[in-house]
Amino acid sequence: MSFEPITIITSKVVRLQVDNIDTDRIIPARFLKSVDSSGFGENLFHDWRYQPDGSPNPEFVLNKPEGKGQILLTGKNFGCGSSREHAAWALYQYGFRVIISSGFADIFRTNALNNGLLPLEVDPDTLARLMEIHQADPFAIWTVDLPSQLLTANCQLPTADCRLPTAFEINPFRKQCLITGSDVIDYLAGLKPQIIEFEANHLI
Amino acid sequence: MKSKTLFDKLWDKHEVLSLDDGSSVIYIDRHFIHEVTSPQAFAGIEKRGLPFFRPDRAIATMDHNIPTIGQENPVMGAESSLQVARLTENCAKHGITLFGMTHPMNGIVHVIGPELGLTRPGMTIVCGDSHTSTHGAFGTIAFGIGTSEVEMVMASQCLLQRRPKTMRITIDGKLAAGITAKDLILYLISKLGTGAGTGYFIEFAGEAIRTLSMEGRMTICNMAIEMGARGGLVAPDETTFKYLVNREFSPAGMEWDQAVSEWKLLKSDSEAIFDREETFDASEMAPMITWGTNPGAGIPITGTIPDSDPKALSYMGWKGGEKIMDQKIDYVFVGSCTNGRIEDLREFASYVKGHKKADGVTAWIVPGSKKVETQARAEGIEKILNEAGFELREPGCSACLAMNDDKIPAGKYCISTSNRNFEGRQGPGARTLLASPLTAAAAALTGRISDPRRVVIPAEAGTPSHTTNGDE
Repeated sequence: MSFEPITIITSKVVRLQVDNIDTDRIIPARFLKSVDSSGFGENLFHDWRYQPDGSPNPEFVLNKPEGKGQILLTGKNFGCGSSREHAAWALYQYGFRVIISSGFADIFRTNALNNGLLPLEVDPDTLARLMEIHQADPFAIWTVDLPSQLLTANCQLPTADCRLPTAFEINPFRKQCLITGSDVIDYLAGLKPQIIEFEANHLI
Repeated sequence: MKSKTLFDKLWDKHEVLSLDDGSSVIYIDRHFIHEVTSPQAFAGIEKRGLPFFRPDRAIATMDHNIPTIGQENPVMGAESSLQVARLTENCAKHGITLFGMTHPMNGIVHVIGPELGLTRPGMTIVCGDSHTSTHGAFGTIAFGIGTSEVEMVMASQCLLQRRPKTMRITIDGKLAAGITAKDLILYLISKLGTGAGTGYFIEFAGEAIRTLSMEGRMTICNMAIEMGARGGLVAPDETTFKYLVNREFSPAGMEWDQAVSEWKLLKSDSEAIFDREETFDASEMAPMITWGTNPGAGIPITGTIPDSDPKALSYMGWKGGEKIMDQKIDYVFVGSCTNGRIEDLREFASYVKGHKKADGVTAWIVPGSKKVETQARAEGIEKILNEAGFELREPGCSACLAMNDDKIPAGKYCISTSNRNFEGRQGPGARTLLASPLTAAAAALTGRISDPRRVVIPAEAGTPSHTTNGDE
């Protein structure tokens, strides 16, 4: 799926403070029946977001005033479970570009990177601090500067303490892909001469 | 020469390129495809004008969407029908072998790969499905991928991957009667946690693993992903070779002999160093069941529901501090890529033989493949099931993931031999209890969570035909 490049994202943050959010939570299997890669955003977090009668659940963060933003702040081991890339598509199509957590499941991390979604990993102590900052000022404007690999927050409330600058790590190749909006498929397809040479000596 | 783990040997053998940032371009020997995670990938290579690079290394099946009754004249919603039809079209267009619904080789992708001999030691295997880790039971590097990566494999037969760290989990001793591979893996996840394997590839080792059948090893590797691991593997041995010989796509004749001599070399060197080591004792394990909403929430069947997670307790409708034994259940699901193999059906049937399903329990016994279904009929398993009030359905993923018609209603309790008990996994509001086929059988006969070692005496003398000791 093609995606918009990421450079600097400046946005409110949506806080979903739950650990181990699995991809069935992000998008239940019954919404994976499309043969296209669009239209998944409306079913993001479906069974938390909507009541059984289909109306929005007012208790769920996406249905609150602070529920719109490009950055999702969430608990550890985000994206565990099923490999469904539809989870990354749903997050992206809802409008998220950055997910901040203290850990991502391996397959989800790769799916996110392949779809213009930055999995921004921080250590558990930093995550706890970020949660506190958000709790103190849910409408603070945060900035994710991918080229400089810096996360900062700008509080709206004078009483809140938003001192932060947090550097984050990312694989340089993946960073470049996100900044340029390119993916790995063309790179691999371009390696065919080496792959064919490899196959000649590979007997399985 | 430097000592290596089995994982490292296989990785190095498949490395096409090693990049400066530590990642590798890895060659994929076998690519399994199903209807849910492939249509966007086929569309992707077509949009880019790229050919399907190695169609002979791909095998497709349909399993997630399909009904498990009436497959001859399937009733499916428009969207499911379209996914199934699209897979058929895509396979025809690109020259991919497809085992469609009702084909004698159809089944859940992780059941048919091994049973057809398409999964072989030493391979790299991927599929757009997280439970691809199952194939690691044969000494392969097998892992689930997303649809973009499915497209990469279609376009280049390769993936760009970070090299995972290695972990070895050694289980000493043997499992006692009534305790199965499923109990073992639920025990491990309960001890280590659902995120413990993140970034790792796990080798399972030790006497308890060596004495397991291939079916049992597959159950273990299948759920390695529930620990967060990239995959799990077991070094191949005589049990592996015995399982694979004479399978439809296994090598034959001189090629077989040659293959086995190479497969025998596939093991970690005795001096190999793993990034992490864990050791457990099989004698400490009991039949396990999950009480909560992630696969790490396993407790011994004699245990007490903890009060550590109010959200999960509320979802499950339980109070912390209660015994899990004797809690009422409504549904029983036996099947899935975790426990839908012939051995699982044998275990279940041997337990319920001569008894009757409890009133008020709805049971779905779903073979993992057409071959399993056929074999279950030929061996008399279906007859035993019918006499005990159960019905053998047709193959598919069924109630594992609430994508087809087999869904558990909201608020109902389902004892399930599948792999995930996430909120809503088996249907919105469904309450899933993960357990072994034996524990599911005991519950099916009593209508309550029951200890398979004690509650029901099998009709025939002796213990049910466990496959956990491998010395058949």
